[in-house]
Amino acid sequence: MTESANRFFGLHADPPKWLRLVLALLPFVILLSLYVTASSIRQAQNPNDKLLPPISKIIKAVEKTAFTKDKRAQTYLLWSDTLASLKRIAAGVSLAALTGFILGLNMGLLPGIRNLFLLFVTFISNIPPLAILPILFISFGVDEIGKIILIFIGIFPLITRDIYLAVRKIPREMIVKALTLGASEPAVAYRVVFPQVMPRLIETVRLSMGAAWLFLIAAEAIAAQSGLGYRIFLVRRYLSMDVIIVYVIWITFLAFCADFALKTWVAKRYGWYNPKSNT
Amino acid sequence: MSHPFLLLEDVTKSYGQKLILADIDLKVRPGEFCTVVGPSGCGKSTLLRLILGQEAPTSGTLSMDGRPIKRPSPDRGIVYQRYSLFPHLSVLDNIMLGKLLPLPFWKRLTGKRAAREEAMQYLEGVQLAEHAQAFPHELSGGMRQRVAIAQALIMKPRILLMDEPFGALDPGTREAMQVMIVQIWERHGITIFFVTHDLEEAVFLGTRLLVISQFYGIGDLNGPQAGRGARIVADYPLRHSKSTHAKETAEFGQFIQQVRHEGFDPANLQHVTRFNLDHPDAFQTLTDADKKGA
Repeated sequence: MTESANRFFGLHADPPKWLRLVLALLPFVILLSLYVTASSIRQAQNPNDKLLPPISKIIKAVEKTAFTKDKRAQTYLLWSDTLASLKRIAAGVSLAALTGFILGLNMGLLPGIRNLFLLFVTFISNIPPLAILPILFISFGVDEIGKIILIFIGIFPLITRDIYLAVRKIPREMIVKALTLGASEPAVAYRVVFPQVMPRLIETVRLSMGAAWLFLIAAEAIAAQSGLGYRIFLVRRYLSMDVIIVYVIWITFLAFCADFALKTWVAKRYGWYNPKSNT
Repeated sequence: MSHPFLLLEDVTKSYGQKLILADIDLKVRPGEFCTVVGPSGCGKSTLLRLILGQEAPTSGTLSMDGRPIKRPSPDRGIVYQRYSLFPHLSVLDNIMLGKLLPLPFWKRLTGKRAAREEAMQYLEGVQLAEHAQAFPHELSGGMRQRVAIAQALIMKPRILLMDEPFGALDPGTREAMQVMIVQIWERHGITIFFVTHDLEEAVFLGTRLLVISQFYGIGDLNGPQAGRGARIVADYPLRHSKSTHAKETAEFGQFIQQVRHEGFDPANLQHVTRFNLDHPDAFQTLTDADKKGA
């Protein structure tokens, strides 16, 4: 009894490898079986139920959206939607990362720039981005620009503030040390501080991805001709739960992969940044 | 000798209302191993930051070879207790950094090849050649400080400033580092300005011992002791052997006792009106307050 309890319960639990795998997969299995059970109960009551389509129907939806050319659009919908959405999120996030990095770095290092922007960025970051979505659509149009700007406005203040804090946390000693090693002021910024903050930028972008997806889907839901969010809100009109579920799982998978890729990037390229995760 | 190597005259430093250093006068010869001790919080590190150029004095002047000290520059190297190394660079890159930072980016690649050999020599000098590719977080505290010393030495600084560099090390490592820094000082013939809170370490390493304290009796005796700046209250020449055996002799122990009494004992210091400034280089410019007190 105590032998097996130590594998799972308590501060000193040390689950063996197989148990770790089982534990990690367990919640997924439970969720899936709950769904299948609920779905089959509803199907038994009403074979035309649309709310919880059976797995077979979901697989058909995958076939329809991913592997069958849509007659009207002449494309594979899932892939064209994915491409459209990824372009927007990549543009918005890159723009926000670049701006946030440059602004945060300079705010952290230069007292003048700090005084100029700190209050402003703090203020801006409190604007609920979705509240100004109408303004963005009116001023930038309902094309790509408006959506990219929404993602940008949604996440750049957080990135800026996080980079700013990271730069401020670099010990003053290190900057003085660089000066005694003959560094000029730009060299301090771009040879000493920049490389040290780089992994933090990747981490911040990683954590901002959730918000970026939110703003992307919101923008696409309101006005778009393509995109993952657009499709979800389009088929909602026909209660196509099967397609919605496929799209949601696909979006989640994409986000998960992005998260994993960024995490791996930091671990591989910046091993010094999280020394503990290496050992 | 036209200009003194390092000269501080009437230097004071205060942060807001709080006076940290009151009237520091100091002259240091080239090649001196100058150790600075004092009670914690007395302003030893502040003095070091002033000499480094990291901070400006509230009043008074600091100069090196007759040129005023303004900003940190490569002729004054620094080794801190922590944060001397750049965590994102390997040991070798940390040591080479000083050679590469001043170069424009298009010369960096050729510069790197040239600097590599020199950096390896310095790394061998601190017996860490086999750790060239390691990162700072993979090294022990003592190794890190050795890399930091090599990193500062490669710039061939005229003076090496050290701020409690061995303060975080275990006693064994600490002793080994003390022997190593004396060897480096002898080999490179540089000037060292070494701040420590360990009196024994200061007496063992230095050729000149400065005691800084805010407890002393000159000036306004009725004023509150708190918020009063520190001064150099003792200045001893040290001319003894730098072997580790020196620490075990009776004279060494007696001398420590003497310094402890003269420089650290607040009860004694509050009544002295004249400091034990034995060192031939010691000098004091008189301020109005001094004249009144004397």
